[in-house]
Amino acid sequence: MTIHHDSKGLSSGPLAKTFAALAKDGRKALAPFVTAGDPDLDTTLAVLEALDRAGAAVCELGVPYSDPIADGPVIQASYTRALAAGFTLEKFFEMVRQATGRVKMPILAMVSYSIIYRRGIDRFVDDAAAAGLAGLVVPDLPLEESDVLDVTCKGANLALVRLVTPTTPPERAAEIARRSTGFLYCVSVAGVTGARTDLPEGLVERVKWLQTKTDVPVLVGFGVSTPEQVKLLSGVADGAIVGSALVRRVGELAAEGPEGVAKGVESYIADLVNAAR
Amino acid sequence: MPSPLSPPLPAGGISQVPDAHGRFGRFGGRYVPETLSAALDQLQAAYDEARADPAFQAELDQLLAAFVGRPLPLLFAKRLTAYAGGAQIWFKREDLSHTGAHKINNTLGQGLLAMRMGKKRIIAETGAGQHGVATATACARFGLDCVVYMGAEDVRRQEPNVRSMRMMGAEVRPVESGSRTLRDAINEAMRDWMGSVETTHYIIGSVVGPHPFPRITRDFQSVIGQETLVFCQQELGRDPDCVVACVGGGSNAAGMFYPLVEHKGIRLVGVEAGGRSSKPGDHAASLSYGNAGILHGSLSYVLQDPDGQTADVHSVSAGLDYPGVGPEHAWWHDTKRVEYTSVTDAEALDAFDLVARREGILPALETSHAIAWAVKEAARRPKKEVIVVCLSGRGDKDAAEIARLRSIENGGAHA
Repeated sequence: MTIHHDSKGLSSGPLAKTFAALAKDGRKALAPFVTAGDPDLDTTLAVLEALDRAGAAVCELGVPYSDPIADGPVIQASYTRALAAGFTLEKFFEMVRQATGRVKMPILAMVSYSIIYRRGIDRFVDDAAAAGLAGLVVPDLPLEESDVLDVTCKGANLALVRLVTPTTPPERAAEIARRSTGFLYCVSVAGVTGARTDLPEGLVERVKWLQTKTDVPVLVGFGVSTPEQVKLLSGVADGAIVGSALVRRVGELAAEGPEGVAKGVESYIADLVNAAR
Repeated sequence: MPSPLSPPLPAGGISQVPDAHGRFGRFGGRYVPETLSAALDQLQAAYDEARADPAFQAELDQLLAAFVGRPLPLLFAKRLTAYAGGAQIWFKREDLSHTGAHKINNTLGQGLLAMRMGKKRIIAETGAGQHGVATATACARFGLDCVVYMGAEDVRRQEPNVRSMRMMGAEVRPVESGSRTLRDAINEAMRDWMGSVETTHYIIGSVVGPHPFPRITRDFQSVIGQETLVFCQQELGRDPDCVVACVGGGSNAAGMFYPLVEHKGIRLVGVEAGGRSSKPGDHAASLSYGNAGILHGSLSYVLQDPDGQTADVHSVSAGLDYPGVGPEHAWWHDTKRVEYTSVTDAEALDAFDLVARREGILPALETSHAIAWAVKEAARRPKKEVIVVCLSGRGDKDAAEIARLRSIENGGAHA
């Protein structure tokens, strides 16, 4: 893994520091995804602290959206629960402000461009930076539509993490890899998010090829849930993203309150972190 | 970014859209997960190739004639005109299409495209069920597998169409998430496509969605406006004064208006679903009450809350019960080429009754919105003027739901 040195200021950002520290220790990144506000924002705050204690390298915080077409049933249901519980962007940014004051892992927002556009690109990016977010992942914003957000994020020192999928043709994948900042999100399978049992064919070769096309770390997501998978991925990628499996756990533990959820999440993620080397 | 009030017109005029990026002025575009990008590029290439291939157009024309029954006539609505007491009301009879609505023009065109791309499985969403039926019909004709996503609420409201789809071999999957209507059906169809994109074509039913769908659907529906111009010349010896169509996603309206937008003398009016009232949640009138925003892959007018969450909408008509609208309508709205207005549930139901009793036609509830506006407007216009209503679909599918609503109403009156 090469550390990202460019003129945009991100080489000194929190993500670059995190990945540099991991590389120094010979470890790989474990990047959990949780839905903000599921079942409520107090629980999310407790979960973020638990993830940090468990050794997660970076966290993707899902911003609930009413019409998430990239997400499978588990994450969609978590978004529906969060919105029904009264999630708003104001409360979200306030919770993030508290969280970034307490945890050392960088936090990114995974957010639909519909939400960014409605708030206003400048305003959303300003709010994100002021709350201490390290970057944005915008799963429904393809390369062609991303110039304005790209420039705005660079101006605010926010990473704009881009996604490459199995259906992305090679030249396009290379361009996406080149333009991704913070890290590159390699989607392991075509389809919506959701935990799967094994790693798809051709993934190892694809990750190795992508690493030759970018200066930022390549993390693999979609369908990762077990320490065995994390171990396998750590042999090739710079890290693994765990989404639906964690969101499902949060949903199952919700009745036990913020502390109960945090405890369950911490032990689950700690096992995955141990496998990420 | 151009001012929303006076966007610059493309050099060729208002009809020279979209551009290569799928932009209608500032609207349109392609806001989708990366997984779908390659399929949309493939679709665009296949479509450009098909348009340049005379054999494709010939095959489609033959189907439109012998299978759909085109061209479809223009009918003078004599007794409705007498009732309104002013301008002449004429109906463009899209309800005479095979399957009972204009939707079949698009599903045959896109079905042929799917076969050109070597895709054997078709998915679609449907609201009122007309697009679902038209998709199932095209798939049966072409021998393609067909899955239709339909909101559970709409499965209830439009039961006759569900039965037809299943009879033609389509699988209808009721969607229980969210508002259980058209918007949720589109979400589920998109999710299916995310995992099946290499073998499956998604036939979107309106002029919505990511580029190139709004353009493809508009082009396949443009036969409506083209025939209207020809028949007006034959019947009247001139262009109509005013043309009106209902607008949900806006495919019948786009197909009607697109060939007419450069005919500057024709007044064009799109009628949205005004629902119960103009309060948020009570209507589905995105252009009348919405803001610029992104939904289902394109930038247009949408009904959202200030955080960008899609708002709940309501219409008595399942086909108009949608919180967005096609990006070309947003373009025509901002350039003021088309006027957009709305009529209420009650006005649409009254128009349904009026046309049933005075013309012997059961119009779709969607279409009844356009008729309601036309009757009001005709009363204010001189007898020499001609208003053409796009009679986009037949209302047999709505008969049971209308009877149910009327009995609730009557029960309420006696309570």
